[in-house]
Amino acid sequence: MADKKRSTPKLDELEKGPWPSFVKEMKQAAEKSATAADALGILERSYNDKIGHWKHGGIVGVKGYGGGVIGRYNDIPQDFPDVAEFHTVRVNQPAGWFYTSDALRKLCDIWERHGSGLTNMHGSTGDIVFLGTKTPELEPIFSELTEAGFDLGGSGSDMRTPSCCCGMARCEWACYDTMGLTYDLTMHYQDELHRPAFPYKFKIKAAGCPNDCVASVARADLSIIGTWRDNIQMNKDAVAACATGGKVDIGKDVVAKCPSKCMDWDGKNLSIDNGNCVRCMHCINVMPKALAPGKDRGATILVGSKAPIIEGALLSAVMVPFLKLEAPYSDLKELIGAMWELWGEHGKNRERIGEFIQRVGLGNFLEQIGLEPVPEMVTQPRTNPYIFYDVKK
Amino acid sequence: MNDINEQQVAEAMYAMVKEYHGKKNLKAMDLTKAMIEKFGEACTKDLCKAAIRQLMDSERCTYSYVGGSYIVLPPEKK
Repeated sequence: MADKKRSTPKLDELEKGPWPSFVKEMKQAAEKSATAADALGILERSYNDKIGHWKHGGIVGVKGYGGGVIGRYNDIPQDFPDVAEFHTVRVNQPAGWFYTSDALRKLCDIWERHGSGLTNMHGSTGDIVFLGTKTPELEPIFSELTEAGFDLGGSGSDMRTPSCCCGMARCEWACYDTMGLTYDLTMHYQDELHRPAFPYKFKIKAAGCPNDCVASVARADLSIIGTWRDNIQMNKDAVAACATGGKVDIGKDVVAKCPSKCMDWDGKNLSIDNGNCVRCMHCINVMPKALAPGKDRGATILVGSKAPIIEGALLSAVMVPFLKLEAPYSDLKELIGAMWELWGEHGKNRERIGEFIQRVGLGNFLEQIGLEPVPEMVTQPRTNPYIFYDVKK
Repeated sequence: MNDINEQQVAEAMYAMVKEYHGKKNLKAMDLTKAMIEKFGEACTKDLCKAAIRQLMDSERCTYSYVGGSYIVLPPEKK
């Protein structure tokens, strides 16, 4: 692809230094793909012009689906004809992002045949992201993907591809089967995933424990975060080993950093006031052999986070403090159905569910979906001093 | 209560998409609400969902993305 080689002095700067560089990968792809070469060229041009040259949207996709393909075009096609169309294809990732090398090879072969060869493993929604193809290639890509056992993910005003942490597959702290739940929700809500019918996007992320490795509390309209109801499990011998091993100063590194001050260490014994534990995971993270989540495990269901697009960023807030999450997950599906029904009917165009709750008020929202308010739903201490309670009552 | 079937709803939705073409983008819920108003309680949300699916599978309508997702006529039918 030598004839396509473009001068990219600004991008070349990004190849310097000790870290892996996307520029290096794009240059490698450009050796074989004119599309990748033009993608590099337009990026250099954007750095020079100090403006992005991409526009997205429009009517582009595969038959019957309203999601999975994001139409992308550039505004200077005369200069970069090989990326005049540069559509993104989102492919539904397997729960937990586990692949065989054979599956990865198949995906890459399909993409090299029909697209730029550039991928993003994985996008912020969790999908396998194929970057850059033309409209006539979409149906062949879809056809080959389905033959290989893959399907498109979500985009637009639909349920986005649910994603999760690796859960019980690799982590002993997983309080429920995140991968099982994610697979179940993906299959159960195929219509909502492929046929956009919501006011705006709806993301579901499943984290196995409060460490929230998928950052669901900040990135998902429905954050499902593993937790436990009983006491933290303690291995006293391992606690003693921590104390004598010298790697952990239990008083300074664990007890003093407990956010609810529910731990005590007298130099020999560690005690935990589990009733005041807020499940922050700090002590468990510091002493993974000595402490572990309790045995009565499930998840907290939180709703409403989003990045700042139309309105400002929101974090998810507690909707159900504890739910045993076991197949077929009927309680969770009932809750999701009630929320979608209300938000779907009364949400404004491009209004995320968190914004909707803010607009109608949490009290009204709870009443309409049939949930009783509980203290755990409070997102922050009250700031209005003109509310008084009669303590005698 | 009048009986109403998927085909009738799909036809009514298609007529609405055609009528609003170029004037207003319609979302799935806009069509659903309009159908329920037109046909009454016999027209359920599930029936509307099936009608939209029929319109998409038959390629009489397609999805577009302009900030949000809308149901529109395919480019060649404009």
